Amino acid sequence: MSQSTGTPLRILVLVKHVPDVQFDRHLAGEHLRIDRQDSVLSELDEYAIEAGLQLAESRGGAAAGNTVTALSMGPEAAVNAVRKALQMGATEGVHLCDDALAGSDAGATSLALAAAVRHLAGFDLIITGMSSTDAETSLVPAQLAERLSLAQLTQISRVELAADSTTIRAVRETEHAALNLEAELPVLLSVTDQANEPRYPNFKGIMAAKKKKVTVLNLSDIGVDPASVGGAGSATQVEAAEARAEREAGRIITDSGNAGIELVDFLAAAKLI
Amino acid sequence: MQNILVYIQAPGATPTKSQCELLTLGASLGEVRVVLGAHADEATRAVLSSWGATGFYAAEALEGHIAPEAALLAAAAKDFKAAAVLLPNDSAGREVAARAAIKLDAGVITDAIGVEQDLTVTKSVLAGSYTVRVKATRGPLLVTVKPNSVELPSEAPATISAAALSTLDLGEVGPMAVITGVSERASSGRPDLSEARFVVAGGRGVDGDFGPVEELADALGAAVGASRAATDAGWIDHGAQIGQTGKTVSPQLYISAGISGAIQQKAGMQTSTYIVAVNSDPDAPVFEIADLGIVGDLTRVLPQAAAEIRRRKG
Ligand SMILES: Cc1cc2nc3c(=O)[nH]c(=O)nc-3n(C[C@H](O)[C@H](O)[C@H](O)COP(=O)(O)OP(=O)(O)OC[C@H]3O[C@@H](n4cnc5c(N)ncnc54)[C@H](O)[C@@H]3O)c2cc1C
Repeated sequence: MSQSTGTPLRILVLVKHVPDVQFDRHLAGEHLRIDRQDSVLSELDEYAIEAGLQLAESRGGAAAGNTVTALSMGPEAAVNAVRKALQMGATEGVHLCDDALAGSDAGATSLALAAAVRHLAGFDLIITGMSSTDAETSLVPAQLAERLSLAQLTQISRVELAADSTTIRAVRETEHAALNLEAELPVLLSVTDQANEPRYPNFKGIMAAKKKKVTVLNLSDIGVDPASVGGAGSATQVEAAEARAEREAGRIITDSGNAGIELVDFLAAAKLI
Repeated sequence: MQNILVYIQAPGATPTKSQCELLTLGASLGEVRVVLGAHADEATRAVLSSWGATGFYAAEALEGHIAPEAALLAAAAKDFKAAAVLLPNDSAGREVAARAAIKLDAGVITDAIGVEQDLTVTKSVLAGSYTVRVKATRGPLLVTVKPNSVELPSEAPATISAAALSTLDLGEVGPMAVITGVSERASSGRPDLSEARFVVAGGRGVDGDFGPVEELADALGAAVGASRAATDAGWIDHGAQIGQTGKTVSPQLYISAGISGAIQQKAGMQTSTYIVAVNSDPDAPVFEIADLGIVGDLTRVLPQAAAEIRRRKG
């Protein structure tokens, strides 16, 4: 995967197809899995695609041979997440699709994705969002770095790669500090929603995407035993789920000059002060 | 008795509230040893021992980022034959757990709000819309525990002498990023957002001035939070952001001021016990989840409430 000065970059962006956060989301069925109807590209992965496109553009873009491949693992409909990435400007798409993958937890997901990455081979950067908007664990990027033995730069709010360099510099935001990180390519990067402003696909992008290649892979293509993934291969299992009672609107008052006092009366009645 | 490891990322002279919670939870589940994410002197280890640690694991040197900590944790879990490993729920805690789980072929569960004797974990998912019970089916359970999930004893335990320290060899840890600089966030002197009992949060409606939000927070002894619109505008540090891509808080009281209540904001606060919303727009979605909704101008309502609290406190 080595990079000498001036060679084009090969970037892989991992994107997930998730239930739209704007609607009610449900756990369903015997295995209490997320109901995946009405799914869209995870909003947080748009930042990863944008980061990939900007890094490629900083090296002269597609014209200079830089590529941005979008890979999604998921059921049939997940190809829509790949399509959206192609509309934004990704070069080509890969869809890892196999019934045996259903119900994979983070560990099993990272196993399948790592095998797909090895199968596709040759990437300088693998970029993900900061978390999926459905499971929200942020585990997969770190697990991929571990499985692929890559330097990990995660929760990144700023990233740069100088034109003549193979050193990536990035800022990681943690709860109490900002860390400046540096590593040599190849690396695994996860970017936050502070990293950039994702572009909207324009008409030209949407038309161009129709002609871009999407490769479909299944588990035997990437050499993964179906028993090592999915619900059965996962090392965690959901035993029970209970829907939380919807919060209901309480009392609404309109300020007529002493709402601040009423606020304090409310706190006192609830024994908060 | 089962063996429980607790990961203490940044040991200090006095353990943080979250660290005490991990140790207290660990001691309720079995015999506890601590994995040290950084150097801890004898006095620090003595305090951790008084909170229940019966042994410590450290590495000769822990240079680098995440990968070495994960290697240490995995080595310690093997040495101690741990049934479970408890870690903080912040990004480093999750990532160390994530990588160690691959080395141990084990399950990781994040965002825990409870861990039972049989190692069943309780957490909420889909932005608080479900509470689920999850188990690890292989390997030691690696679990990251949210702050404010464990009740602490009313008094800190009496200090005892430090338990024994073992140093483990990490072996080859593989490529990693190097840290070339650290900028600590300026401390506001207010309670820590993820641990606070009360939070007062401001949004775009504060229009550049967090003064009224801070005044009410200080009268209540609350932490200050914000919507992404407010942090993106640069009115307050990004560390104050609450929501899907900021912090998730679950305080006893959340006062939302000048925040419309977008789905991504609600994701970070709707499990609060009480929610009070102050917004000038009667149709703001935040009113749908508020126990008390005040349609009004925050620049008037907040200072009046702050003055009234100070008056009642005398
Ligand atoms: C991927 C993604 C992730 C996101 N993550 C987060 C997140 O983690 N946290 C988050 O908060 N947002 C997040 N957002 C943004 C979110 O969608 C909203 O845009 C944001 O929460 C709006 O902030 P706001 O309520 O402060 O601003 P607005 O929606 O503009 O609301 C301002 C409110 O202030 C009221 N107001 C104005 N003046 C006054 C006054 N004087 N007194 C009282 N009320 C007044 C107005 O009536 C209005 O309701 C995310 C968005 C995306 C796409």
